[in-house]
Amino acid sequence: MEVRVEHISKRYQKPELQALKDISFEVEKGELFGLIGPDGAGKSTLFRILTTLLLPDEGHAEVAGFDVRKDLRALRSAVGYMPGRFSLYQDLSIEENLRFFATLFGTTIEANYDLIKDIYVQIEPFKDRRAGQLSGGMKQKLALCCALIHRPKVLFLDEPTTGVDAVSRKEFWQMLKGLQAEGISILVSTPYMDEASLCDRIALIQEGHILSIDQPKGLQEKYPRPLFALRAQGMNQLLDSLRDKPELASVYAFGEYHHLSFKEQSPQGMEALLADLRSQGFQDLEAHSIEAGVEDCFIELMQKSDGSSN
Amino acid sequence: MEVVIKAEKLSKAFGDFIATNAISFEVYKGEIFGFLGANGAGKTTAIRMLCGLSKPSSGEATIAGFDIYRETESIKKNIGYMSQKFSLYEDLTVAENLRFYGGIYGLGRKELKEASEAVIKNLGLEQERKKLVSSLPLGWKQKLAFSVAIMHEPKLVFLDEPTGGVDPVTRRQFWDLIHQAAARGITVFVTTHYMDEAEYCDRISMMVDGEMKALDTPRNLKKQFGVDSMDAVFYEMARGAKRSD
Amino acid sequence: MKQFIIFIRKEFWHVFRDPKTMLLLFGMPIAQIVLFGFALTNEIKNVNIAIVDQSGDWAAQELIQKIQANRSFSQGLLLNSEAEVEEAFRQGKVKVAVMIPPNFGLDRRRTEGSQIQIIADASDPNTATTLTNYATAIIQDYQKSDLLPGQGPLQIETQTRMIYNPELKGATNFVPGVMALVLFLVGVLMTSVSIVREKETGTMEVLLVSPFNPILVIIAKAVPYFFLSLVNLTVILILSVLLMDMEIAGSLGLLYLSSALLILTALSLGLLISNSTASQQTAMLISLMAMLLPTVMLTGFMFPLENMPWPLQVISNIVPSKWYYIIVQAIMIKGQGLASVWREMLVLMGMTTVFLTLSIRKFKTRLA
Repeated sequence: MEVRVEHISKRYQKPELQALKDISFEVEKGELFGLIGPDGAGKSTLFRILTTLLLPDEGHAEVAGFDVRKDLRALRSAVGYMPGRFSLYQDLSIEENLRFFATLFGTTIEANYDLIKDIYVQIEPFKDRRAGQLSGGMKQKLALCCALIHRPKVLFLDEPTTGVDAVSRKEFWQMLKGLQAEGISILVSTPYMDEASLCDRIALIQEGHILSIDQPKGLQEKYPRPLFALRAQGMNQLLDSLRDKPELASVYAFGEYHHLSFKEQSPQGMEALLADLRSQGFQDLEAHSIEAGVEDCFIELMQKSDGSSN
Repeated sequence: MEVVIKAEKLSKAFGDFIATNAISFEVYKGEIFGFLGANGAGKTTAIRMLCGLSKPSSGEATIAGFDIYRETESIKKNIGYMSQKFSLYEDLTVAENLRFYGGIYGLGRKELKEASEAVIKNLGLEQERKKLVSSLPLGWKQKLAFSVAIMHEPKLVFLDEPTGGVDPVTRRQFWDLIHQAAARGITVFVTTHYMDEAEYCDRISMMVDGEMKALDTPRNLKKQFGVDSMDAVFYEMARGAKRSD
Repeated sequence: MKQFIIFIRKEFWHVFRDPKTMLLLFGMPIAQIVLFGFALTNEIKNVNIAIVDQSGDWAAQELIQKIQANRSFSQGLLLNSEAEVEEAFRQGKVKVAVMIPPNFGLDRRRTEGSQIQIIADASDPNTATTLTNYATAIIQDYQKSDLLPGQGPLQIETQTRMIYNPELKGATNFVPGVMALVLFLVGVLMTSVSIVREKETGTMEVLLVSPFNPILVIIAKAVPYFFLSLVNLTVILILSVLLMDMEIAGSLGLLYLSSALLILTALSLGLLISNSTASQQTAMLISLMAMLLPTVMLTGFMFPLENMPWPLQVISNIVPSKWYYIIVQAIMIKGQGLASVWREMLVLMGMTTVFLTLSIRKFKTRLA
């Protein structure tokens, strides 16, 4: 077990905020573990606790076998950490940044070149360019190289794809898959639900507590009701109309469709709804059954926890 | 249909670098217009020109009928603006922020009071009106920031990645607000990194390397590229891009 | 050790690549020297002086000629009575007046001596002090040159400062002052801002999550600024010697040693500030607002501490640059050695120890 988190809680004083509430999970060696949740859910706080930057108020955590409270130095040598915002020296070149971090961790670029090679070759043509003048995607690759240069056992990536466009995001996830193959455990946080399916396991986190931990597939299979996608001419009116239907358990916009589910399952449910809508004048109605995605699960779990807490 | 934005061969160059290259398009009253593109494709530069913050190198454009070279003051009175980064004063209360922004846009005492009440009621912030904005969850802040940006009933509102990092439920509530505003006749010009949100727009434009490479309804764009999601459309287009920010 | 070295190299990269830092580091001393040297010089030239000669004898004439010949004073306004002097002061025609008593030439040969009254416009106390010092010096000079064999010198009280600065050069007053000001302020500002910058850009997080000892981060931050401040000192000294005809009376080695000590004090204070603040702006504000004014006011070179109310004199004891100013004056101008400055150096060492201890204690190996 590379990461073991047991009942971690953290409260901030100013502003008064319960950042983490009784968080527990484990990450295995070589696992790609995703922490999925919106901004302010507590993802960064959790990463900072696991990298010894913050002390938890309660609970116990171990990373690579080291205690986050006691084994400060040893733990810090064993992990790589890429904070949420770009945290390299903007006035230093690519190569200077990399050499600096390599030396800081008591190693050299050459010693671990094989690990970063696939990523570094993409930015190497610009190695004399100052980091401040790089594009978002290139900065991100450099930051990853710097976090990897000492061959960490566990890698913490805090929202590495925020503010990065869809193309760079896809490339980035491919790089992570490559690192995973090297036996490095990776914890990555992201507000993008669609990235969740690329992880081995994911924890959905909202307002400081974990809604669910599962494999993406398992999570989707646990969705409590059959889910449907529906569209028609005039999507906004359709949504308003659907919200008034008492037979629906959930309804919300989802891209070009609306997703909905019924309180009571019956084979005729959808037919009846469509007939109803047709009578209201909606045209080009199209409906089909779908599998729930991570975002559907998140919405469902959020609403369930809202309902239970209120 | 009433044209709210009309741009013709609008360009902006910084030295040799052409950030925005001769873009031409029209946006109509009450339309939700999605402005997509990879980082560095020239979106921010274009928005700055359209808001009257930056002078184009060449080309013509009118916003709500006002010329972007000569009538920038009139433009600013007729638009609202909200971005993920700058929105509200965290150290002021909800009510103070409303009063401040209403004051900036020259709302009278009575109008201001009515508009503030409407915003607070619409968002269900009755309990929070005297709380500091910093104590609100991100999603609420963003909804409030949007409401503030349209408090003076502008003809057009620019939203720069308004839902970045917001949870999926609040994101949908945010889009409800956008639809409400559009139904009132406010034109919405929005950028986003969430491709499902692109589907909620009436029309989508795609910026690639400073040029507007596509402009159509989401459905037609998907048909044109023979793919079944906006994500795929975006990926197909942006993959050919030579530059990123 | 390798880590330590690359850290220091990195700091030098930061400095050399930031025009603003370079300007602050090297532009400030040059600007100060030029500013004080040519514009704000304390040296006083061609001040209007009133002379009332109540004796009219040859000795008085001789003294008047000496005063008129001095370039500090203008030709001199010859008046007849104290009433006329008062009128001249009121109209602002003169800044200082010398009253030669009746029977001046005769009295000064007697044992009790004679009394020359010097009146100065004290609305500007600094100028007044300087002017009375100048006038006293001239009179004393006259006295010495006119001694008859076997006669004891006439006692005229003069300030000791004048003895060591017989030419009344302005540079001697301000060079030690500029050194104290520049070395201290630049040191505090540079270190405080450079550490806080890492906190702001988030690089501190990455540094903390490295096996590199966090205390070494702090020390490595200070090293480049220590050396750069020494370069700075050299620039100031070269400028003063070449441009201001300044002479360094005492040991250059001792001067550098004591300067190094002040720089250390400044750096450790900078570290303390940076460990207690979270943004560059706050650090800058504290360094400038809380340091600049007391340093300028209470170091003793702009405004003589003797003239200040006692609470300020007490407070001035905690201003490190005050002690350094005393040391530099002793070494550069009076040519004194370690024997006369070791107490002040000990004070600086004590301050450094306190600042360092506090900042290490305040330093957090974690965030928040």
